[in-house]
Amino acid sequence: MSSYLDTGGRGGIAGWIFSTDHKRIGILYLATMTGLFFVAVVIGVLMRVEQLVLDPPLFAPQVYNAFFTVHGVIMIFMFVLPGLGAVFGNFFLPIMIGARDVSFPRLNLMSWYAFVAGTVIVFVSLFTGDGAPDTGWTFYVPFSVRTGTNVTLGLTGVFMLGFSSILTGLNFITTIHRLRAPGMTWHRMPLFAWSLYGTAWVQLLATPIVGITLLLVIAERVFGIGVFDPAKGGDPILYQHLFWTYSHPAVYIMILPAMGAITEILPTFAHRTVFGYKAIAYSSMAIAFLGSLVWGHHMFTSGMSEQANLLFSLFTFLVAVPSAIKVFNWTSTLYKGSIEVRPPMLYALTFVFLFAIGGLTGLMQGALAVNVHLHDTYFIVGHFHYVMFGGTGVAFFAALLYWFPKMFGRTYNERVANLAWAPIFVGFNLLYFGMLVLGYMGMPRRYFTHLPQYHTGHVIASVGSFILAAGLVLFFANLVVALLRGKRAESNPWGGVTLEWRIGSPPPAENFDVIPEIQGRPYRFNPEVSE
Amino acid sequence: MDRTGSETHVMPYRTLVRVWLVLLGLTGALVAAGTTLHPSLSVWAMLVITPVKAGLIFYYFMHLKYEKPLLTGLVFVTLGLLVLVIGLLFSDLFYR
Ligand code: HEM
Repeated sequence: MSSYLDTGGRGGIAGWIFSTDHKRIGILYLATMTGLFFVAVVIGVLMRVEQLVLDPPLFAPQVYNAFFTVHGVIMIFMFVLPGLGAVFGNFFLPIMIGARDVSFPRLNLMSWYAFVAGTVIVFVSLFTGDGAPDTGWTFYVPFSVRTGTNVTLGLTGVFMLGFSSILTGLNFITTIHRLRAPGMTWHRMPLFAWSLYGTAWVQLLATPIVGITLLLVIAERVFGIGVFDPAKGGDPILYQHLFWTYSHPAVYIMILPAMGAITEILPTFAHRTVFGYKAIAYSSMAIAFLGSLVWGHHMFTSGMSEQANLLFSLFTFLVAVPSAIKVFNWTSTLYKGSIEVRPPMLYALTFVFLFAIGGLTGLMQGALAVNVHLHDTYFIVGHFHYVMFGGTGVAFFAALLYWFPKMFGRTYNERVANLAWAPIFVGFNLLYFGMLVLGYMGMPRRYFTHLPQYHTGHVIASVGSFILAAGLVLFFANLVVALLRGKRAESNPWGGVTLEWRIGSPPPAENFDVIPEIQGRPYRFNPEVSE
Repeated sequence: MDRTGSETHVMPYRTLVRVWLVLLGLTGALVAAGTTLHPSLSVWAMLVITPVKAGLIFYYFMHLKYEKPLLTGLVFVTLGLLVLVIGLLFSDLFYR
């Protein structure tokens, strides 16, 4: 059978943007998201340059406000939220459960169109009206209602992006329920599929809340109704509740598929079955559920009741339990394995390390008294870069390195991939650990300038950002070269055991000639002993 | 009965209409509670009535009635937990 890259009916660009093949849609997401990622990286680095050049500032304060808003909106809504689900979920979920496609292929393509439409609208909002949105990615009222910048259009774009997420979630739930191959029981599903399942429910149930909330802000701006604006009898705290009721679960939309991908990579390179299959599967569901009850920890200083503060703090500590279960299971998977540190494994281990720092700093913030000191400082910025970038971002890189030969049928230069790791790791920690320290010292977030006592810290962080950006360029350049000139990849270069490694690289158009019959559990590296 | 959900179930119209009337009644009760009771009491009225409405919708309109007991249990336990948590958040109304 010919590969999905050769077929598709139409040739050229039409063969891609009109294709309902889940694999092609995954690649469409990969291409758009990587492009957007780099746009936001450039803006991030520009913000770091701003902190080096103080007097006179390189960019006006208003420009800095637009920078962190656009950087945040792109990174959150266009990169980590679709994240590993949109790219690797679309590409591999059907293959991993033994299906030919997702349940609703056309809806799948439509979700990509919604993604592109939302992106275009957000970008139009930057260059039209009275200036780019300057509210930060959180669009807090009353400022977002009163600012004269182009927030209405920006919100409309984000609303569209939400649609894309809902449609993907709907598709994955249905696919997992209805299209598993014969013998693929729930407990035989690869753990990446489990993580997508937990995520999909959050996408489906939580995203509509933020959609409506953003619509209310639009209505408030356009028609002047007073839902949130205190001057009109509205309640700004209500906005924060509604926003975080979605946006906190959303961080689990970002991280769960990342954890799922790591759970695929570690056993493959430790050459042993995953430790605690059920614990990992159910902890995904526990994270999805408990994670929906902790939104208030973004609002400890907002003036809500003490009682609510106490409860949200308690739940925040509780949600650390299933996350820690995963970390312990990963380390136990490595124990007595025959570990081979090739590029995907190197990045996967980096994920575990950086995510642990992100998670532990999260617990620090979860303590009420400490939170008062840390709220709205660089500590928060450092923390969420550790989880979202060190976590989801690095897991995205690991997954890309792991599945690249399968997706494109080409191998990349492993030495260069390892080489790129060094500046990424060093730059990352200089930049974001620097931010943690700066925040602890009291540097507030979202300021275009700083007091002299923070200058050394800022210089270190900025140098870190340059090193990091150089590493990112090297990382992706290596893959682009591989795409154009890489050697042909074998169908199973790493010795993986899940279904995707049993079909050709790149996979054939409909994945399987004959739908496979599943005999046993996944991750059987040594079938004679481990079943 | 095949419980996989691949076949269509026919819910008698009579049941649907009855449930609908109950829902309308409960909505009326909610509005009444919201307008007549003291705010600290109306919260409790809402915490009781809203989940009942949600439960009815899940059970009849969303066909939970025809699902395996495990799934039905899971949905209602989750709903119960959610109500419990939100109730706890409001529990300081007693002494605020
Ligand atoms: C080289 C890469 C990156 C650099 C140099 C960078 C740098 C920065 C800087 C300087 C800020 C503003 C700090 C402030 O003044 O408050 C910021 C904010 C932010 N960054 Fe990044 N970042 C990078 C990558 C990422 C990634 C990968 C993500 C997400 C996955 C991300 C998400 C965010 C978010 C959500 C904000 C907050 C925006 C807001 O305050 O509204 N960044 N970043």
